Amino acid sequence: MKMVGTLSERILGSAEGTYVDRMVDRAFAHDGTGAQALVAFENFRIPGKSVVNPEKLSIIYDHISPANNSVTADLQGDLRKFSRENRMHFHEVGCGICHQIMSEGVCLPGEIVVGADSHSCTLGALGAFSTGVGATDMAGIWATGGTWFRVPESIGIVLSGKLSGHAEPKDVALSYVKALGMDGGTYKALEFIGDGTAGMPVEGRLTLSNMAVETGAKTGLFYADPLTREHLMTYGADEKRISLQKPEDCSYESEICLDLDNIEPLLAVPHRVDNAEPVTRYSGTSIDQVFVGTCTNGRFEDLKRFADIVKGQKVAVRTIVTPASKDAYAKALSTGVLSDILEAGCVICPPGCGPCLGAHMGVLGEGEVGLSTANRNFRNRMGVGAEYYLCSPSTAAVSALYGEIRSPDEWDGGMTR
Amino acid sequence: MIISGHAVVIGDDVDTDMIIAGRYLRTTDRSIWVEHAFEDYDQRLAGRLNGSVLVAGKNIGCGSSREQAAAALKEAGVRAVVAPSFARIFFRNCVNLGLYVFEADVVCENGDLISFDTDESYVKTSDAVYQAKPLSSRMKEILYAGGLNAYLSGSGEP
Repeated sequence: MKMVGTLSERILGSAEGTYVDRMVDRAFAHDGTGAQALVAFENFRIPGKSVVNPEKLSIIYDHISPANNSVTADLQGDLRKFSRENRMHFHEVGCGICHQIMSEGVCLPGEIVVGADSHSCTLGALGAFSTGVGATDMAGIWATGGTWFRVPESIGIVLSGKLSGHAEPKDVALSYVKALGMDGGTYKALEFIGDGTAGMPVEGRLTLSNMAVETGAKTGLFYADPLTREHLMTYGADEKRISLQKPEDCSYESEICLDLDNIEPLLAVPHRVDNAEPVTRYSGTSIDQVFVGTCTNGRFEDLKRFADIVKGQKVAVRTIVTPASKDAYAKALSTGVLSDILEAGCVICPPGCGPCLGAHMGVLGEGEVGLSTANRNFRNRMGVGAEYYLCSPSTAAVSALYGEIRSPDEWDGGMTR
Repeated sequence: MIISGHAVVIGDDVDTDMIIAGRYLRTTDRSIWVEHAFEDYDQRLAGRLNGSVLVAGKNIGCGSSREQAAAALKEAGVRAVVAPSFARIFFRNCVNLGLYVFEADVVCENGDLISFDTDESYVKTSDAVYQAKPLSSRMKEILYAGGLNAYLSGSGEP
């Protein structure tokens, strides 16, 4: 294997721009793409067709979970039966979001990971080459154990300094998406490097890697370091299987430098993810709903940051909180974070994607304005005729208390509200 | 083989939610995707897709990995998608479903006749010929077979 070059080149074992066939180390699909992949798999006319390496395959129910109607329930029933019959890892309703589940001690640094979901780039935060595909590609992986890849060119996102005040990893993510634009990373990989990565907890790295696809990128990689190892071991991963990585002799097509000390709370203003503006510029904008959750910002640390602000206060608008996984839910429960959120007047939904894809549990009505910690504010996505601003959990918390968009930098602990 | 169709022109950064909205994804009836294609973008488009070549702006198919977006176009009778750049999952989805893709910055009007040669990487309008970025040999094999199913099953037309 090639030991120098970008992390993508090292993991895929070939130079950028080349095409390679690789067996995958892990692959996963959810109730939505998995059901489509099942239809594709059943239509394959491959002689002696079988599911290859089922121990590397996961099915995770998160998108419309629990099912909202009989059609969804039937599709989920078929996939549930198929995954069990074929001895895939099956994660039932309530487990949480696929990317979060896979980040909790399953995916390891250096692995090739493919998910049937666009945000599969999230696991790049652990030093895995992880990318998204569609349903038929996933069915092909079930049938053959592998797929083809184009080894991407890489863009370096160079982080320096340290976040301060109420600036959060989400604000960094919105910053680099703005810098690159919605197609600035198309066909490429992002590599997050620089001194600023060392102090960033893995939960924050997951937030940064998660939004790589919003620039069109194939994945968003962090080099696995002692924090990565600690994170994985917390979830029970075997230390002997965790290899640390460091940048060596890699050249980037371009670099974007972000000084974390200068990051301020940001919003992605409707209807583009790359349309980031300081929260203060929209201070006072009236909102109808706040949503906290998703594979971007539904982790325990996100819930805790949100709870630390709303604790002992009452939210002024309907506020929906959806933990990213059962583990995040349990941790929030045992630490009192969930009761702080509940007592502040929020609705707590079961772990999963919640309203992010506009299917259930918090879809907006026409003319309504929402504030969300999710990753996409596309027109009509979370409600036809609605507007959605994207922000960090702290911005969501302060805004929920005021009933209008407010920057956490304006928050004085509730003294003047 | 030369294939042609009338141009249906759309703008930049049209995401897969715009091609087929999340509320229509869970169904076994593929005609629903045809009926509601582009509903949140331009409700007049769905009726014009049959026999068309979709001429999109940059970054077509960004966002969700939903294969229903590519399937909706294929089912609706779109013959090829032409754009200066594609979101990569949508690109793979089109190839896997046997829907021709051409990475080229084509200038044309709605209704113009667009033709392409399935064996060569170019697209023609009445005024100009555009060279598209070549596909990898694997992508060509999958497309020529008619999609990943036929390619893996070894039953595609050579």
